[in-house]
Amino acid sequence: MGLISNGACVEDRWRHLSDEETLPKAGAVIVPLARLPEAFAVSGLDIGVVVPNVTEIAALESALPRVALIAISFPAFSDGRGFSLARLIRRAGFKGELRASGRLIADQYGHAIACGFDTLEIAQDIAQRQDAEQWRVAYAAHARAYQQGYAGRGSILDERRKAAQ
Amino acid sequence: MAPRHPQILLASDLRRGEVVFLGAAGWERDAREAAVATTPEEAVALEARGKADIAANLVVDVYLADVEVDAAGAPAPLHYREKMRTKGPSVRADLGKQAGTEALR
Amino acid sequence: MTAHDPDHAARSNAPTTTYRYDRFDADFVRERVAEFREQVRRRLDGSLTEEEFRPFRLMNGLYLQLHAYMLRVAIPYGTLTAKQMRKLADIADKWDKGYGHFTTRQNLQYNWPHLVDVPDMLAALAEVDMHAIQTSGNCIRNVTADHFAGVARDEIEDPRPTGEFLRQWSSAHPEFSFLPRKFKIAVTGAAHDRAAVLLHDVGLRVVQNAAGETGYEVIVGGGLGRSPFVGKVLREFLPRADLLSYLEATLRVYNRYGRRDNKYKARIKILVHEKGIEHVRAAVEAEFSAMDRAPFAHNEAEFARIASFFAPPPYEALPKHSAALEQAKRDNASFAIFAATNVAPHKTDGYGIVTVSLKPTGGIPGDATSRQMRALADASEKFGFGELRISHEQNVILPHVKQDDLLALWRFLDAEGLASANAGLITDIISCPGLDYCALATARSIPIAQEISKRFADTERQRDIGKLGIKISGCINACGHHHIGAIGILGLEKKGQESYQITLGGDPTLSANIGEIVGPGVTADQVPDVIEHIVDFYLAQRTAGELFIDTWRRIGHARFKEVLRREGEDGADI
Repeated sequence: MGLISNGACVEDRWRHLSDEETLPKAGAVIVPLARLPEAFAVSGLDIGVVVPNVTEIAALESALPRVALIAISFPAFSDGRGFSLARLIRRAGFKGELRASGRLIADQYGHAIACGFDTLEIAQDIAQRQDAEQWRVAYAAHARAYQQGYAGRGSILDERRKAAQ
Repeated sequence: MAPRHPQILLASDLRRGEVVFLGAAGWERDAREAAVATTPEEAVALEARGKADIAANLVVDVYLADVEVDAAGAPAPLHYREKMRTKGPSVRADLGKQAGTEALR
Repeated sequence: MTAHDPDHAARSNAPTTTYRYDRFDADFVRERVAEFREQVRRRLDGSLTEEEFRPFRLMNGLYLQLHAYMLRVAIPYGTLTAKQMRKLADIADKWDKGYGHFTTRQNLQYNWPHLVDVPDMLAALAEVDMHAIQTSGNCIRNVTADHFAGVARDEIEDPRPTGEFLRQWSSAHPEFSFLPRKFKIAVTGAAHDRAAVLLHDVGLRVVQNAAGETGYEVIVGGGLGRSPFVGKVLREFLPRADLLSYLEATLRVYNRYGRRDNKYKARIKILVHEKGIEHVRAAVEAEFSAMDRAPFAHNEAEFARIASFFAPPPYEALPKHSAALEQAKRDNASFAIFAATNVAPHKTDGYGIVTVSLKPTGGIPGDATSRQMRALADASEKFGFGELRISHEQNVILPHVKQDDLLALWRFLDAEGLASANAGLITDIISCPGLDYCALATARSIPIAQEISKRFADTERQRDIGKLGIKISGCINACGHHHIGAIGILGLEKKGQESYQITLGGDPTLSANIGEIVGPGVTADQVPDVIEHIVDFYLAQRTAGELFIDTWRRIGHARFKEVLRREGEDGADI
């Protein structure tokens, strides 16, 4: 997987722990929800959690102040549930890194940032076909957005109101 | 088991959206020029060529259709939907392939 | 606002009766064109696979159909200016085959564009403040409204400012562009619902509460297609200030909980049906309460800004009845028929709302040539402040015609083959394109419409039959809205042949009803005969002045079924 952050393809300091692997003593690992208690028991670890896009907020609430990263799985790029879940996680007060993980494409970068994601983990074959330049260009396609209360772009309604004053 | 029909391969041209038929040398605009597969192996081979051209960004929506073949060897689809695709809208004889390939842009 | 404000200048040039883009709106559509141009380039060079490109192609209105691509242009709330109509004609000539098709959701379809030309077509649309944004795809679609908006006598409030408000809110929505399925919204602001709000994912009815405040009744979960449902009330009264935030809450619930396992069970109507309206309402209200609504604080001011564009045009002060019109009717029998069938009462004395039928005898319902589009643009300028509407019945409306001018307009339309006096009558058939054009279709629909139209061509007979809506769909997706036709016809495939299932009793209004089947299905050749027998039975059974739909309700479906069964016309033997 490649990691998109601030319009560039960057090195990832995080690592997904595979199912059979034991937890390391140090480093930054992303674990599934079921292994969080185990991870919290290890001091000195940077802990991230990967959750399915159908997770309910109640299941995450106690973990929110204790994880530095939450990754939301996108089973298909056409499945937009992760965008709503991201909004709810931010509403619940999570300030850490929010990551979209799945076969997202460059044209969804703007959607992800607007909904509160910081970074995107993308498939290797997509990274090969859609280099960082395509991600930057796709993100910059619109200078402003009509919607209110979303991150990223300027708000058309706000600017319109300011221009009228 | 139902008797096997001969088959041709249809697709949509990516740039123009027009219905095209895989012929011996490439994609044809006239169904009568389509290569006819009479065995399962030939059908698989047609599909493989079609899928390669999907990957080459030439066509989309590749599939095989059952045909009957006339005395001259020219294929015509059996199902009314594919018949329509070889001709054009039944309500506008002046549009589509039925209007002559010169009429196509 | 000063004289240097370009927005003010644009507004002061001509009376506006509909929304005009400011620079933000104009920039947005231009950016969208550039974005799609780049997406096409990346599709052609393989950076984007077809699977990746497809949702973005669809969100720019571009389908791949039976013979070619199809571009669906948005006509927001069915309103366009003469200038926009002329541009639609120019685009048809330059990049298509000289015609377009007006649809049941007030959009326009071009049937023969090339992918590589579409960015240029979109750029041409952007020149006149038009676009094809979100006319397809699993996103919020074109918001449709009452085609008599602003001019109907029974209007409480013009629904189009709401339509425009929602158009902007829903454009390129970052959270709701990958929904389980499409999401269609309709708005009505009149006592009679001409927007079929009960048959949409969300329907909005403008209402006033006991305190006299204007707001909306929010209806959810209506829809046709494979599983037709009449919508249910989600919220009886929603204040205007909460419209966008409440819809955001609704869409969030749908996005999260709508089914994604089965394409045919993915609409919000299924969520409402499976979980129950109380459950869905509880989820929406909970989300609405939990949301931060501070970002929406200035919505009422923005709504008022949008609404200011929809001012009534400078009507002349005229008497209620036009002596010239009455004389013209006495002098010209054909014109008198047109005046009786195609002119609806107008809110303003001395004016009329004219329906220009795109259903000439034996014609293709909803199609217009580029020449006809230009003629309509000319007619709108000559006879009505340069504004036109598209109805979801696939006709064009001229909403501001002086009664004094009706004869001149009728002559003008007649010369262009646009004066069919059949608005709302049996030959004013609604039909999807069907298998002649559509890749989803199971049967042809247009030839069925043509044959019925020819069978009932006689004007006197049509007027005697009265209002009777026939709606034809070429597949179960129901784009012809057959479920809500008084007579509905559904084209299917049976034993390798086209087969037509007929339903009766559909109603698209606030007394919404889904039509009931008369039998398994008949062949194309049999359809006109079956329709004649249904109509003859109605004529024999009706009381004085009783409409077809009311006769059907009174005497019951079983009686109609029995008549057809006796005639061997229910298709049971096929």
